[in-house]
Amino acid sequence: MKGLQKIGLGLFILSLAIFISLLFIGNYKVTPSNFEQFSSSKGIKSELFIKKMNEKVVGVEYSNSFSFSSEIISAMESSNEIYKKNKEWDKVIWDKPHSFSYQLAKKSGIGLVNENKSLFWWLTFGLGIIGSLFFIIPNVILLGPKGIKNNGIFLNSATNRGWIGWLVFIFLVSFYLLLYFRPDYIVNWTYIVDPISKNLSGNLASQWFLYGFLYCTVMTVMAVRMYIKYRHNKYQILRTTSVLFFQIVFAFLIPEILVRFEKPWYDFKNAFPLDYDFFFSWNLDQLIASGGFGLFVLIWGIVLTLVIVPIMVYFFGKRWYCSWVCGCGGLAETLGDPYRQLSDKSMNAWRLERWLVHGVLVFAIVMTGFTLYAYFSSNESVLAIKTQTIQDIYGFLIGSIFAGVIGTGFYPIFGNRVWCRFGCPLAAYMGIVQRFKSRFRITTNGGQCISCGNCSTYCEQGIDVRAYAQKGENIVRASCVGCGICSAVCPRGVLKLENGPENGRINPTDILLGNNVDLMSLIKDK
Amino acid sequence: MEHIVIIGNGISGVTTARHIRKLSNKKITIISAEHDYFFSRTALMYVYMGHMKFEHTQPYEKWFWKKNNINLKKGFVENVNHSEKQLIFSNGEIMAYDKLIIATGSKPNKFGWPGQNLDGVMGMYHKQDLENLEKHAPNNKICKRAVIVGGGLIGIELAEMLHSRHIPVTFLVRESSFWNGVLPKNESAMINREIISNGIDLRLGVNLKEIKDNGSGKVKSIVITETDEEITCDVVGLTAGVSPNINFLKDSGIELGRGVKVNRYLETNIKDIYAIGDCAEQHEAIEQRRPIEAVWYTGRMMGETLAQTICENKTKYQPGHWFNSAKFLDIEYQTYGWVWAQPKENEARFYWEYKDGKKCIHINYDKNTQEFLGINSFGIRMRHEFFDSVLTKKQSVHHVLEHLADANFDPEFYKLHENEILEKFNKENNSNIQLRKKSWSQIFKMKA
Repeated sequence: MKGLQKIGLGLFILSLAIFISLLFIGNYKVTPSNFEQFSSSKGIKSELFIKKMNEKVVGVEYSNSFSFSSEIISAMESSNEIYKKNKEWDKVIWDKPHSFSYQLAKKSGIGLVNENKSLFWWLTFGLGIIGSLFFIIPNVILLGPKGIKNNGIFLNSATNRGWIGWLVFIFLVSFYLLLYFRPDYIVNWTYIVDPISKNLSGNLASQWFLYGFLYCTVMTVMAVRMYIKYRHNKYQILRTTSVLFFQIVFAFLIPEILVRFEKPWYDFKNAFPLDYDFFFSWNLDQLIASGGFGLFVLIWGIVLTLVIVPIMVYFFGKRWYCSWVCGCGGLAETLGDPYRQLSDKSMNAWRLERWLVHGVLVFAIVMTGFTLYAYFSSNESVLAIKTQTIQDIYGFLIGSIFAGVIGTGFYPIFGNRVWCRFGCPLAAYMGIVQRFKSRFRITTNGGQCISCGNCSTYCEQGIDVRAYAQKGENIVRASCVGCGICSAVCPRGVLKLENGPENGRINPTDILLGNNVDLMSLIKDK
Repeated sequence: MEHIVIIGNGISGVTTARHIRKLSNKKITIISAEHDYFFSRTALMYVYMGHMKFEHTQPYEKWFWKKNNINLKKGFVENVNHSEKQLIFSNGEIMAYDKLIIATGSKPNKFGWPGQNLDGVMGMYHKQDLENLEKHAPNNKICKRAVIVGGGLIGIELAEMLHSRHIPVTFLVRESSFWNGVLPKNESAMINREIISNGIDLRLGVNLKEIKDNGSGKVKSIVITETDEEITCDVVGLTAGVSPNINFLKDSGIELGRGVKVNRYLETNIKDIYAIGDCAEQHEAIEQRRPIEAVWYTGRMMGETLAQTICENKTKYQPGHWFNSAKFLDIEYQTYGWVWAQPKENEARFYWEYKDGKKCIHINYDKNTQEFLGINSFGIRMRHEFFDSVLTKKQSVHHVLEHLADANFDPEFYKLHENEILEKFNKENNSNIQLRKKSWSQIFKMKA
């Protein structure tokens, strides 16, 4: 069994090495016809750029994506500079440089990877999946009889911020930086999922398709791990199945199929304000332009946020979304599960959390307010601030850096729910509902708590669960995503996630059940 | 300002301090020689197993003590001079008190076995034991086998700990079946099976004769009394129960039995000196409880109670209905009320076991009045409030079975066994009890 795991680990590392090496292989060459097609489809009016490209780039073979894109970007930027100086605004290319160069690179790759897409899919994804499963499945036996098996988590450098943790951190952060800010460097990665994308939407894969596919793959493989680790716990099994279903069907398949039918890409479960660009003018225009379907999406999006989300939180707590439906939550609960114990439980972290997460919510609402005002009044700016600028700042700081680079990249350092806890505006909104108007609570079982601290240690949201449990108090916290792990790891059967009457949900107790009845009532009367 | 000094920073001492602080602004000092900060002793096992780090066992952050103006002092009290109201520390230091609370807990029992003080022989109680274990049994290369002596809760925890690092364990239990002084036969047998199925070498009905020296002061092997079998090992865990940690009070004039003798107000024979927690011994046992109860929550309850007395609201220690819980490897155990190992004359029993042999409930009730007396539950979580209320209202076993759905505390979507349980009861007793649906209003009425 151990041998199988070693083979699995070897295969996985090999696949990862091949995946990374793809960044450095393959050549790029813009053919004249490709360039012609590209510039006409983009409607490029920059003669200087076209000239420079034809002189220096077209027909030349580059041996890597880095030199290729730096050439394109320098051609673009130097031409732009001149046009800007001459105030010939229509000739300026306004695209983001690396997205622009990505589009050209996507058409220009030649050589090994582009010609052997399926082979490289198998060498990366295929090998990675097989290796991971070889590593994970023997745990059915190696973990021993079913039950909570957290042995050695804090003795392992992968799960206790050791060197493996830091390596994973570096890999994940680099991945997100490339994905968000240097898509032109990862064109090779998109090639290997082209065949799948073709089959689904009919288009070649973008970096976002790659991300979506990778996301689903990682979640599926790591869900297998969850199924094995928590095979005694039906709540965990159902919850894992649910997030997996919503990710694959709602976040991945349906949107791609919509595109195939020439409808706007839309994830029906992604509620505003997590879906922060839902009310951006480009999206509204696109929806309105796509007729009845667009209108339906528009109404659905509004109803989802204003009606469905709060009602569901009232009945079930925010867990119905965060740990049963949401994609971010889904990744956190599968890929992130090995890191849940790394969340910060200190009072200071809680303080920071409240400022940050509600700050992001306010930011999202103000931005949307400005955007809508601008949209309906046809102004570009509100209070002399360009709405575009606010949107760009939000997209960069919150959408990319916070949700992606920090949210997932920092799993091995700060735990798996950094984004959900500190950044997600939807979580903040649902948290307010959950705290003040909901039937959900974690019930503390009378006086059984022995303050061992397993619950707090394994709370991914950094809630000091023990602080409540040892006082006999139910846990009613805005940030609780209802993952149910505190209840699972409790050795004394103290915690239970429940939906019950609001009355008695919050039960301040100084004296715990089991002591002198008169004393309990004496304290309660005070 | 009155100075309250508490010796011992375990759950009893710390609970007292917290509650005194809630009720007053008296000066509070907590003394400990073991560690600067309160930690949960029950969680030490999880540190060794790698489930937690030591800091996770500390329920309060460092700022908590300062914010609540509770002074922490590290030191070992060697003597109490009650006529001068002074504590004398081992380093000669002296501290004055107005009221003294002794909350020094327990220490592991050693029964004078030859070799019991060798290197590699340890209890599993103090933080220092954990460090010692880490030194002698970091892995199965350095510790090729460990022998545990004493089949109680700490013994099985230590077995689980060593097992988590794949260290072969031989588990010597004096009784003929695990913990059968407390558990009825069926439950005890279930735990025997659980221990064996985890690959632990369980030896029932055996005693330790001696621990042998390897010639350099370290343990080499142990010998079993009954068979004279010698078992080679690198670590010996002595887990044959605990007793009050009160040696330092021998000549203090405070009345001692096995523990510090206290009355129902937790007062000792000396004015302004109190004792709580594991080290306190009631003059007379309270109801069916033992005079010394080394249980986490009784320590806490004594703390809650004594704080009232200290703060001018003299309150009798009145523990409610007995309850407890533990975990035996993968099997969780909860108990409410009394289910004795042997039924008493007036008692009838109902036992149900799930087909996988890892879940059971055992109900004890009065033969004549049908009053519910207690339940053992293995592998199924039960609601404390439900049983506390049932016991207070002296409700019948029928009531309990009827409302078993309200009592269940397992996580959502877990397989429920209530119907199966009722069916068995009805069959055995020729009754026709019907299970009622789970009712929130019932559950919440219990609270009132």
